Order: sequence, then C-alpha cells, then structure tokens
Amino acid sequence: MVTETKSPLPFTAMMQTVPQTESEPEADTKMRARDVSVFYGEKKAIDEVSIDIPTEYVTAFIGPSGCGKSTFLRALNRMNDTIASARVTGTIELDGEDIYASGMDVVQLRARVGMVFQKPNPFPKSIYDNIAYGPRIHGLAEGKPELDEIVATSLQRAGLWEEVKDRLADSGTALSGGQQQRLCIARAIAVEPEVILMDEPCSALDPIATAKIEELIDELRGRYAIVIVTHSMQQAARVSQRTAFFHLGNLVEYGHTSDIFTNPREKRTQDYITGRYG
Amino acid sequence: MTVSSLLLLVLGLGLAGWLTARHRARMFRSAAAGRRIASLPTYHAWYAALWIVVPTLVFVIVWQSVSEALVMQHVLAQPAANDLPPFGFRRQVILNEARAVATGAANAVFNPAAQALVEPFTQAISRYRLIGFVVAILIAAVGAARAFLTIKPDFRAHTQVDRMVMLVLLVASLVAILTTIGILASLAFETFRFFGMISPLDFLTGLHWAPNPMSAADNPDPTRYGALPLFWGTFFIGAIIAMIVAIPFGMMSAIYLNQYADPRLRKTLKPALEMLAGVPTVVYGYFAALTIAPAIRDAALALGISNPSSESALAAGLVMGVMIIPFVSSMADDSISAVPSAMSDGSLAMGATKNETIRNVIIPAALPGIVAGVMLAISRAIGETMIVVMAASTAANLTANPLEAMTTVTVQIVALLTGEGSFDHPATLAAFALGFVLFMVTLALNYIALRVVKRFREAYE
Repeated sequence: MVTETKSPLPFTAMMQTVPQTESEPEADTKMRARDVSVFYGEKKAIDEVSIDIPTEYVTAFIGPSGCGKSTFLRALNRMNDTIASARVTGTIELDGEDIYASGMDVVQLRARVGMVFQKPNPFPKSIYDNIAYGPRIHGLAEGKPELDEIVATSLQRAGLWEEVKDRLADSGTALSGGQQQRLCIARAIAVEPEVILMDEPCSALDPIATAKIEELIDELRGRYAIVIVTHSMQQAARVSQRTAFFHLGNLVEYGHTSDIFTNPREKRTQDYITGRYG
Repeated sequence: MTVSSLLLLVLGLGLAGWLTARHRARMFRSAAAGRRIASLPTYHAWYAALWIVVPTLVFVIVWQSVSEALVMQHVLAQPAANDLPPFGFRRQVILNEARAVATGAANAVFNPAAQALVEPFTQAISRYRLIGFVVAILIAAVGAARAFLTIKPDFRAHTQVDRMVMLVLLVASLVAILTTIGILASLAFETFRFFGMISPLDFLTGLHWAPNPMSAADNPDPTRYGALPLFWGTFFIGAIIAMIVAIPFGMMSAIYLNQYADPRLRKTLKPALEMLAGVPTVVYGYFAALTIAPAIRDAALALGISNPSSESALAAGLVMGVMIIPFVSSMADDSISAVPSAMSDGSLAMGATKNETIRNVIIPAALPGIVAGVMLAISRAIGETMIVVMAASTAANLTANPLEAMTTVTVQIVALLTGEGSFDHPATLAAFALGFVLFMVTLALNYIALRVVKRFREAYE
C-alpha cells in the first residue's frame, strides 16, 4: 500500500484531493479552495493554493515561519478583511458556496467557520458571559434556561466544565493559560460552527496544557471540520489525519498525515520534516 | 559686588577649573606614554568644573534668601527701628521704602520715618554681601582643591561625572514637585487664616454667598460666606453640562477615528482635533459670550420662557464641553488602542458585527481608561477660568435650571482678587479658601484617574 502513494507525480500536479487509501474512506469536502492568492499590498503571501478541507477529519497546516499558513487559514473565514491592505483572489467555497462572493454575509460566515487564536483571548467578562457571547449575538437561545444549557454543553465539550462549573461568574481572564484556551474553544463551539480554524492554539501553552488541547481536538473530530496551523510536526502527526505543507506561500504537498510523515513525495517536505530547514 | 557679577565670577572660576583640569589630565596622558588613562581629559575637566560651580551656586542661592532675613534682623536691632509702628501694612511700607533707597531702586523716600533706616540698611546689605562673597570664593576654592587632589591618572572621572549629572537631573525633576508643595503650603496658610475668621462649616455648607469687601474686617458676617452655591455652579457647569457635551461627542469621535476612519483621514482628523486643545480658552470665552449665550437666550424666548438670563450656565457649560471634547476623545482613543486586537479579533471571529464588537468587547475593555480620561477632563473643566469668567455670571444661584445665571469657584476667585480689598480681609482670603478646595478636588480627581489608568495598563501588559 505504501509504495503506491510513493509513486512520483509531476511537480505541477499539486494534489487537490487526497488519494484513496484503504485505511481511511474518502471524506466529503467541506471547504474547497481554488487558485487562492493572498496579497498584502503588493506582496504576495499566498500563491495560487488549491486545497480541499474534509468534513470529518483534522487537517494540519505545517511549514516554516512566514510560509503563509496562518494567512491562508485567516482567508478561510475572511479574517483577513480586518487588515486594510490584504486582498484575496481565487475562490474559496464552503459547501459549494463562494465565501468571497459579493452577496456573502461575512457575519454569518464567521458564525459557521469559527476560529481559535494563537494566544488565548478570552473577553474580560465572566466565564459564563464569554461562552454566552456568541449565542446572544446570534439569538441562539430563547430565554435563560436554554442559554444555561448551551453554556454547560459547550464547556463540557471543551472539557472545561468540571474545572469551572462552580465559578462561572469569575472572570475568564483569571483562568490559567490552558484553561483560557479551552474557554476560547468552548466559546467557538457555542455558536455551533461547522468548521473550526485553530491558529497555533498551543504555542503559548506548557506541555501539559498542550496535551489537554490535543486530546480535546481529537474528541471534537467528526463533529466539526477542524483545521489547525502548527509549528510542531509532532503535534501535526498526533492530532491530524490530513497534512498540508506550505513553503514560501506555496502549498508544496497535501495528503494523509501518515504519508506526509513517512513517505513525502516532495524533497522540500522531506527536508522540512527531517529538520533540515524551517 | 552684585549677585549677577558674583554668578559671573563663579562661572569664570568654573571655566578656569575646566581648562586647568583638562590640561592636567592631558599631561597625565603624555606622561603615561601610550598607556591608557582611566578617563578622557574632558571628564576630568567637567569633574573639576562641577565641583567648583555647583556647591558655590547652591550657596549663592541659599544665601540670597538667608541674607534678607539677616539684614532685616540687623536693621530692626538699630535704635532707629524703635519708632516703627508695631504691626501691619505701614510698617512694611516704611521698611520696603528704606530698603529701596538703600539698594538704589528708588531715589528718595516719601515717608520721613524711612529716612532714618536707609543708613542701617545700606550698612547691613554691604556687610552681608561681603560675607557672602568671601564664603562663596572659599567654597569654590575648597571645591577646586578637592577636585584637583582627586585627579590622578587612574581616577575614574567619567563615573563621577555621570553621578553628578544624575544628581543635577534629579534636582531638576524635583522642581515641579517642590513647587506644587510650595503652592499648596502658601494656599493652606492663607486658608487657615480665613478659617480663623469664618468657620469651615459655614463656608462649606452655607447657602448664601455675598462677601462684602467693604465691611469691617474684624467682625465678618459668616452667613455671607456660604460657598455651596459656588460648588454647585462649578459642578453643574463643569461636571454635568460640559460632560453631557464632551463625553458622547468625545467617545463617538474616538470610536470613529480608531475603528472606522480610513488611515489617511485619521492622519488629518486626529491632529486637527488635538489642535482644538491648544486654542486659548479666552477664544472659547468670546464664542460663549458673544454667540452661544445670545442664541440660547433667543431660543429660550422662542420657547416662551419669560425673561431668560443672558449669562446662562448652559452657554458656559456647552462651550466648555466643546473645549473638553479633544481631551475625552484623545484619552478614549488611547484606551481603545490599548485594547489588544486579539480581543476584537476574537469577537469578529464569532460572527459579531463591528458595531457589536465595539459595544460588547472594546468599550468594556477600554472603560477604565475612558473613565480616567473623563475624570481628568472634569478636573480640567472645573478649574477652567476664562470661559466662565466671560460667559457665566457672578450671581451665586443655587438652582438646577441651566438657563439661570450661575457662578463658579474660579469666577469668584477672580472677582475677589481683582477688587480693592486688603489681604487681611476675609472677603479676599476667601479666594484662597476657594482655591484650596478647588486644588484638593482636582488633585483627588487626577490621583484617582492616574491610579485607574495604571491598573488598566497592568491588566494588558
């Protein structure tokens, strides 16, 4: 089986769909990007990237600093709109709908494609209000009991419920770094997104908190399409089923995580994962 | 030997020390023949110059004030001084006149009693001047000797100079603080004199304000010194009407500039807004008195209010509010900028609109800084003088009707001090008590505001 995927492909044939293997069935595509380029002013940060994000799996974006992986991630829920000089070309579809189309409601898009940031960024409000923030602005709950229910469920799914259930009125910023990050994940879950984007969610955390987040990502898999940007190749290997390797704004290689780490097709991927640069 | 020539002499000595020390240090260098000496010759030069100039200057400044007292003591010990009136204004006038003639500031005395004192003054002044001059030269010599004895090839003059520069800077930074303490002390002194005549309770809680500078100074009527209408007027104009204008407009302009404005527009609008803060307040005063006040009066007439005041609290408050907008806006802008962008990103990524993000996340996070900015703005507004002097009235009314004439603490201070009253009269001393209260209130507001800002900064760093 392994030799099959190793068969050399021409360099230009950037893999947009992952070749079938017998171990995992092919996934439905949640988000589809075609020839996406992102510019900051005149500078091209992402160069014609095409990729399919599957529904049931965790997709990891790896690559050296400045390779554009975070930029591309932020293009997936149009967070780049907050940067005045940023410009996106190409098409990105969510369930077949072009998210950069003029009729697209960015607010609705971001409710469907949630995001967790590099540094935990809880609002300076109570734990309860942090989780209730999204449901309130989107009117997801009719009345207090329903909102309580959403808060409890979100915290449970984020594995934080047991730790904070007795102090929901405490400030979210008073939690430890790892708890804050799980709070941010719970906050993202509370609005029932379809995709969760995670931008190096563990880079500000210690190893124990990191392990907890990784465990959580594993539990959330299947319920949400998850895309995680990470600097740590071990983390990508542990939590993801698909891995995309970015280098200098290009998508170099995309495939099953096991293949990328054991049998990369590209020499650049091989060099990166064996630590020759990056 | 006058003070200015003494100062010149000290500086000359310093220059001489500078040149000599540098020469000496250069000699070390050539004597060391290629080996390095610990400091550059310039540092040796500055070391010597500072040792000569600084202690001598300190002495000259201190001596200026001390010798005044010594001269006075000498003069009063003379038999001619026995004829002086024991206390008060006349005694002071006679002494001042005699001194003026003695120092050559005046040609002849008006007051015959002063003539006898001219000679003692001349004597005393020249004697203490001579003493001061000799001591100053001695101090300079000691400083020079000390400096030249320490200058050796391995002497680290640069670290010493560094330390002395640090001391000079420290003294410079203490000047503002010491001045504030001095002002407070003199204010407090006059205030206590006032409270010796009028009880603080009458002053702080009385409802009637009508000090009469022409009344007998020894037996003032405490019921005419109730300052509550002034405090209310100040609060009503500066903290209520002005803030009703300044807070919403300041906040909204800050939010627009910080969150919505195109960077190019922001680059023009923000300095323009901040320039408003530099407009002399008297200009706002004209605007309030000549444009706004009549307009408000006409509007009140049109609304059917009979006989509205042409010096309404509303006019002064509105214009003061406009004056304060840049302060509130600038402080709010800074606080909003201090909110990490991660915070607003987090909200936007949840699908919140920009407006929801500003209302629910950015403003609450920036609130402590904004509150502090508003407090600083209030403390500026209640201390503001020119606008209210021109546009508010001098009539002390205790009312909540903004169309009525009202007066403020600052207006009354101006009114009391520009009269012909003597400084022994409670009507004049009341100005100091009012100033003292104003000072304490603004000091408290500023202190609280700075504490809040500090805690706010800590939360995000």
